[in-house]
Amino acid sequence: MTGILAAVCIAILVVMAIALARAFKAPTVYDRILGVNMFGTKTVLFIAVIGFLMGRPDFLDIAIVYALINFIGMVAVLRFFEYTSPIE
Amino acid sequence: MLFLDIVSSILLLAGIFFGLSGAVGLFRFPDFFTRVHAASVTDSIAAILIIGGLLLQTSFDLNTAKLVFILLFLMVTSPTASHALAKSARHGGLLTLAETRPEDKQEHTQ
Amino acid sequence: MAEFIDLVLLAMLALTALRIIFLKDLFAVVMLFGIYSFLSALIFVNLDAVDVAFTEASVGAGISTVLMLGTLALTGRKEKPSTHSTLLPLFVVLVTGAALIYGTLDMPPFGDPDNPVHQHVAPRYIEESPKEVGLPNMVTSVLASYRGFDTLGETVVVFSALIGVFSLLGVRRKQKKDLDSGLESHRVLHVVAKVIIPLVILFALYVQFHGDFGPGGGFQAGVIAAAAFILYALVFGLPKAFAVVGPKFLQWMAAFGVLLYASVGLYSMYKGGHFLDYNQLAADPVAGQHYGIIIIELGVGFTVFAVMLNIFYAFGSQAERSNVQ
Repeated sequence: MTGILAAVCIAILVVMAIALARAFKAPTVYDRILGVNMFGTKTVLFIAVIGFLMGRPDFLDIAIVYALINFIGMVAVLRFFEYTSPIE
Repeated sequence: MLFLDIVSSILLLAGIFFGLSGAVGLFRFPDFFTRVHAASVTDSIAAILIIGGLLLQTSFDLNTAKLVFILLFLMVTSPTASHALAKSARHGGLLTLAETRPEDKQEHTQ
Repeated sequence: MAEFIDLVLLAMLALTALRIIFLKDLFAVVMLFGIYSFLSALIFVNLDAVDVAFTEASVGAGISTVLMLGTLALTGRKEKPSTHSTLLPLFVVLVTGAALIYGTLDMPPFGDPDNPVHQHVAPRYIEESPKEVGLPNMVTSVLASYRGFDTLGETVVVFSALIGVFSLLGVRRKQKKDLDSGLESHRVLHVVAKVIIPLVILFALYVQFHGDFGPGGGFQAGVIAAAAFILYALVFGLPKAFAVVGPKFLQWMAAFGVLLYASVGLYSMYKGGHFLDYNQLAADPVAGQHYGIIIIELGVGFTVFAVMLNIFYAFGSQAERSNVQ
């Protein structure tokens, strides 16, 4: 089971790296936000998996905080766009 | 290997398959609205499958409750965030590929 | 496995930092700063520093992203092109970096159990705190009891940050000509926010009172509770948030938290002990420690919640004014 969990960990890291690449270089500003959002949700899963891999389930508390903060960050970005034009 | 472990492994592997395909879609799809589709749909299914796989690893205690909480939270917030983002992009004046270059689309369908 | 994950995360962190330097769009910089905080919190998780990761995720990635976006709404998004030469700063940075790397050569080897940091007070905390304080989460024992005076200082620092922001910005009262704020057109967000906010507050209370047993404590709980109210203010608009908890009430609450903390210290002096000597609070020293820690964590939670929310109010109300003009 540890092997599967480790493989899942590495696969999620790969997805995070791809989302990070999208946030680095994006055709529109919305794509950047999409990359950041995907990075956030994958981070939640990563922490949950790594908590089981290391046998430290109290990591789950941090996963909850991540999920929450990620959502609030998204709402703040949308609110910010009400003030300024999103097009660069 | 226990039966539950096998089911859990299958769920986890299916989850990372969807996660990876969503990441590929983030780069491969032609316009923003198809990309947000790829990212949001796979995000939800990957979260369901991976957390479902982890749920089978717990022994039904506080950790199970926390995992269920994370799952519910992600199931509500992640599609909402994608929806609001797409809506905001539409209001901001972003067009679909078909709207920006109609002649390209016709070439594709031929 | 842990080393490998650490290396990958560190590589991502370095790439993010490099990308931030070369970006001119400040909005993108704020977004990447959010990722940067997430990544550093992940590294803390991987190093098993759960309490630090908790703080970094909630403050670094959450509140500061929101506040930086508020600042951008006030100031504008484009970075000012620099006119001066970059050679001298580069030289200074290179010399400082070289000096720091030279300094690390004299450091004891990384992770060696004989290092001074592992020999100084840490063994005493690890051996004695289960008997003296009796909390499962040793980080809380150290922060709230052994280093209680430092934590009081930190709470005062958070409080004075509020005074600083208020003397510079201040919360602006709503005026007639202001636009009706809030994300009016996003109906789905309204419904989801209503469902999410009670859950977030519940989680904040869990973090507040479970901090003795798991990761978390007053600081993190205050930030998470403030995040719930910030979400409300973002979705429904500042005037409605003011109706729930107003800036004036929060000012009193911030001061009350610090006073609650300090009064525990004074009470233990009155009982004949030293300042913040929780052993005096009850007949049994360990029970006294538990009472003391719960009360001061509550004080920290009150202050942090009030300060974070009030700073957001200050930024948000100013951003609304610049939007009107």
